Amino acid sequence: MRIILNVWRQAGPREPGRLIRYECDKVNEDMSFLEMLDVLNEELIERNEEPIAFEHDCREGICGSCGFLIGGVAHGPMPGTTVCQLHMRHFRDGEELTLEPWRATAFPVLKDLIVDRSALDRIIQAGGYISINAGSAPDANAVPVPKADADRAMDAAQCIGCGACVAACPNASASLFTGAKISHLGLLPQGQPERAARAIRMVNAMNDEAFGSCTNIGECEAVCPKRISIEVIARMHRDYLRAAWSQRPSKQEAGGAG
Amino acid sequence: MRLDSRVPSGPIEKKWDNCRFEMKLVNPANKRKFTVIVVGTGLAGGSAAATLAELGYNVLCFCHHDSPRRAHSIAAQGGINAAKNYQNDGDSIYRLFYDTVKGGDFRAREANVYRLAQISVNIIDQCAAQGVPFAREYGGTLANRSFGGAQVSRTFYARGQTGQQLLLGAYQALERQVDAGRVRMMPRHEMLDLIVVNGQARGIVTRDMVSGAIAAHVADAVVLATGGYGNVFYLSTNAKNSNCTAIWRAYKHGAAFGNPCFTQIHPTCIPVSGEYQSKLTLMSESLRNDGRIWVPAAKGDKRKPAAIPEAERDYYLERRYPSFGNLVPRDVASRAAKAVCDEGRGVGETGLGVYLDFSDAIRRLGRQVIAERYGNLFEMYERITGESPYEVPMRIFPAIHYTMGGLWVDYRLMSTIPGLFVIGEANFSDHGANRLGASALMQGLADGYFILPYTVGDYLANTKLEKISADHAEARGRVEQVTGFGRRLLSIRGRRTVDSIHRELGKLMWEHCGMERRQAGLEHAIGRIAELREEFWKNVNVVGPGEGINQSLEKAGRLADFLELGELMCRDALERRESCGGHFRAEWQTAEGEALRDDENFAHVAAWLYQGEGRAPARLTEPLSFEYVHPAQRSYK
Repeated sequence: MRIILNVWRQAGPREPGRLIRYECDKVNEDMSFLEMLDVLNEELIERNEEPIAFEHDCREGICGSCGFLIGGVAHGPMPGTTVCQLHMRHFRDGEELTLEPWRATAFPVLKDLIVDRSALDRIIQAGGYISINAGSAPDANAVPVPKADADRAMDAAQCIGCGACVAACPNASASLFTGAKISHLGLLPQGQPERAARAIRMVNAMNDEAFGSCTNIGECEAVCPKRISIEVIARMHRDYLRAAWSQRPSKQEAGGAG
Repeated sequence: MRLDSRVPSGPIEKKWDNCRFEMKLVNPANKRKFTVIVVGTGLAGGSAAATLAELGYNVLCFCHHDSPRRAHSIAAQGGINAAKNYQNDGDSIYRLFYDTVKGGDFRAREANVYRLAQISVNIIDQCAAQGVPFAREYGGTLANRSFGGAQVSRTFYARGQTGQQLLLGAYQALERQVDAGRVRMMPRHEMLDLIVVNGQARGIVTRDMVSGAIAAHVADAVVLATGGYGNVFYLSTNAKNSNCTAIWRAYKHGAAFGNPCFTQIHPTCIPVSGEYQSKLTLMSESLRNDGRIWVPAAKGDKRKPAAIPEAERDYYLERRYPSFGNLVPRDVASRAAKAVCDEGRGVGETGLGVYLDFSDAIRRLGRQVIAERYGNLFEMYERITGESPYEVPMRIFPAIHYTMGGLWVDYRLMSTIPGLFVIGEANFSDHGANRLGASALMQGLADGYFILPYTVGDYLANTKLEKISADHAEARGRVEQVTGFGRRLLSIRGRRTVDSIHRELGKLMWEHCGMERRQAGLEHAIGRIAELREEFWKNVNVVGPGEGINQSLEKAGRLADFLELGELMCRDALERRESCGGHFRAEWQTAEGEALRDDENFAHVAAWLYQGEGRAPARLTEPLSFEYVHPAQRSYK
C-alpha cells in the first residue's frame, strides 16, 4: 500500500508549525497506524531528518497517551478505537491523510503531534477522588453497591484521559472528561459524602482552564474511544446545579478535602 | 558482602506483626521534615507516593509520562487476587500463600509471600473504599472469578480493565495529595542516575523531557517503582516506553540485581505479523477455558484451517497433558507451542503461531454464549488481525510478559544501598521463578499502600543523614556525568537507527535467553551482545538536539542500558544450571521434557553485584529455606 501523509511539524511550543508531505510506500495492511509512522520515522532518521514526535505507550488502547487528528477526526475513522489500535487495512491504497495535533487552547502544542494535557490532571486534583487514607477502609463487602450502579459507574470510569473529546468539540470543552469522573464517583455510595463539593470544585477547575463550555453538540461522544455517553455531562450539570443551590462551601472548605 | 534478608523471627503468621512492632516510628511532627523521592507512578509507585504523603512526608514524585495515570499497570486485564474467601470455597491466607510459593516453583522467600497473602485482603478494602468499580453480584456484594488454575475463586475484577481501575484509584489518591501540597509531581521527567552520598541513596538525576534540562533532586530516601525490563526483548507485551534505566543505573551504584534471568512468557498473545511489528498484544488466558489449541499433524501443511480434517490435526496439549489439557500453566503451554513450531508445524505466514479454535465451543454452547464470555477479546483480535475468531481459529504465540527478576531487596524492601527502596515489578519480587495470574497487581499495591510506608519510616528514624542540597559535589558530579552521556550519544551520528539495533538485541535474547536456554546459546549470546554494544556506541544515529523533546535520544539511552542488562540476564541463566518456572535450561529436563529443578544446588536467589566497567559482576546468593511449603516436582499429566 501507498499512503500520503501531510503531517503537522512544529519544533517547539513557540515555533511556528506547518504541514509537511511524506510518501509512505512500504505500508502493509496489517500494520497499525503508529507502526506506519515508526517505519516512516526510521526512513527519516536514515536521511538524517528529525523523526515525527508523537505520543504513545501501551499500544493497546488503554493508557490514553496516543491521539491526533486524522483528516480532522480525533483518533481517525474507526469508532471506539484509539489511533494505536487503528490498522491500515481500513484505508485505501493511495489515500492522502492529514495528521494534526489536538487543537485546543487548553492543550498547547509541545512538538509536532504532542500536546500538553496537564490541564486534565488539574481537574482531577480538584476533587476527582474519594478522600480515604490507606488503612482506614471498612471491609469491602460492608458497603453493598447495587450491580446496576456499579456497572454504570464502570461505564464512566473507563475514560482513558486521552483528550479526544476536547479536540473534537467545537468549543474545546472538557465536559465529557469531567462529567465522566463526577459520574463515576457520584454513582457509588462511597462517593456520596463529597459529591456536592466535588461537582462544584471540579467544574470550577475546568472553567479556570482554557476549555470552552458544553453546548450539547455531541462530537465528544462520537469520537470517544471508550464510547462514553454524554449522559455523564447531564449528570455533571445536575450535580453542579443541585450543589450550587443546596450548599455554597467557602473556598477553604471546598479545598479542605485533602 | 553478605545479603541479609532481615526476615523477622517467629512463626510465619506473626513475622509481619513482629516486624511492625520492632520498627521505629517517626513522630508525626517530624515526618514533614523528611523528603522521599518516588520514581514511577504505576500501582506500586502511585500508591506509595500517595500513602507517604498521607502520613505527612514530603514526596517528590517523578514519571516519564505526561501524566501519572499512564503507567503500564493500566494495561493489566484479568484481575487481582485476595484471600477474602467471600465465595466460601475454602480459600484462606495460607492457601494463597501456598499456591504462590508453589506456583513460583520454590524460588521465592516464604516470609515475603506470606505477608503478601495477609495484606491482599486489605488491598481490596482500600480499593473498594476509593471507588474502584469492581464487578458486583445482584445483592451488591463483590463478584469473583477463578483464574490461572487456582482451585478457588479469589480474583476480583473490573471487566477486562482491572489494572486500569486500580491504577486510577492510586492516581486519584496521588492527585489528592498533589492538591493538598504534600506531593510535588514531576511528570515528563526521566530518571537517569542515582545520587549516593556516604553510601546512602540521597537523590536522583533527571532529564526534563520537554526542555532537555538535566537536574539533581535530593531527598532523605529514594524509592524506585519503575517496573519491569521485558522490553530488553524488543517485542513484548510491555508498553513501548517501559525500560530498565532507573534500576540499571542503581545497579551500577551497587544495588544487587536479583535473578535477572527470571522472565515470564505468556502463551496467548497475537503473533508477530511482520518486521515492522512494534509490540505484542496479550489475549487473556481465560480464552483457554473454551478454546482448543492445535497445529497440523504434518510438517509444512499450509492448507486453510477449515480444510484440515480432524484426523490430520494435533491437539498437542490435550495429547501430552490429558488431565490438564489446554489449561496447563503458562510456562508449560508456552514451551509446548515453541516445540511444535520448531518442528515446522507452526501456522500463519511466519510459521510462528498455533491455532486457538473455538468452533467446538460454538457448536456446543452457541455463538451467543461465546460472545458473552469473550466478545471484547474477539473484537480486539479482529481489530488487530482483520480475522473473526467466530469464523476462523485465532492464531496465538507466546510472548514476553513480565520479569520476576529485579533489584534485590530485603524483607523491608530495601536494596543493598541503604536508603534505596525498590517496589513492584522493579524488585526481584515475591513470585519466585514464575508469577501466577492476578498476582502482579496484588504485589504492587501491597508494597505501595501497606509495606513501604512503614519500612521507610523505620529507616528514617534509625539513620543519621547529613544535610545536603542539589549543589552537593556528588550531585553536581552526577549531573555532569549524565550530561556527558547524552552528548556522547548525540555525537556518534552513525548509520544505524536505535530501533534496528534494539530489534537485533531482542532477537538474540528471544533466541537464546527466551523460552528455552542452553549453555552454548547463552555463551554465544553473551559474545554477540558485547559486539552489538560496540556497534551501538560506534554506529548509532541519534538525530536531533539535546534540548527539547527528543524521543530518539530517550530511546537510545534506554537501549544503552538494555544492551548491558541483556548480558547479565544471559550470565545469570548460564550460571543457574537447573530448570525452574520460566527458566528452562534444555540440559535440565525430565524424560517427559518437563523442568527439572536442582534444590540441592540452586534453592537460592542469585544476586549480582556490579564490579566496575569491563569486570565480571560478582554472584552472591541468598539461600531459600522452605519450612512450610515443601518443594515437590510439578506435574500436569
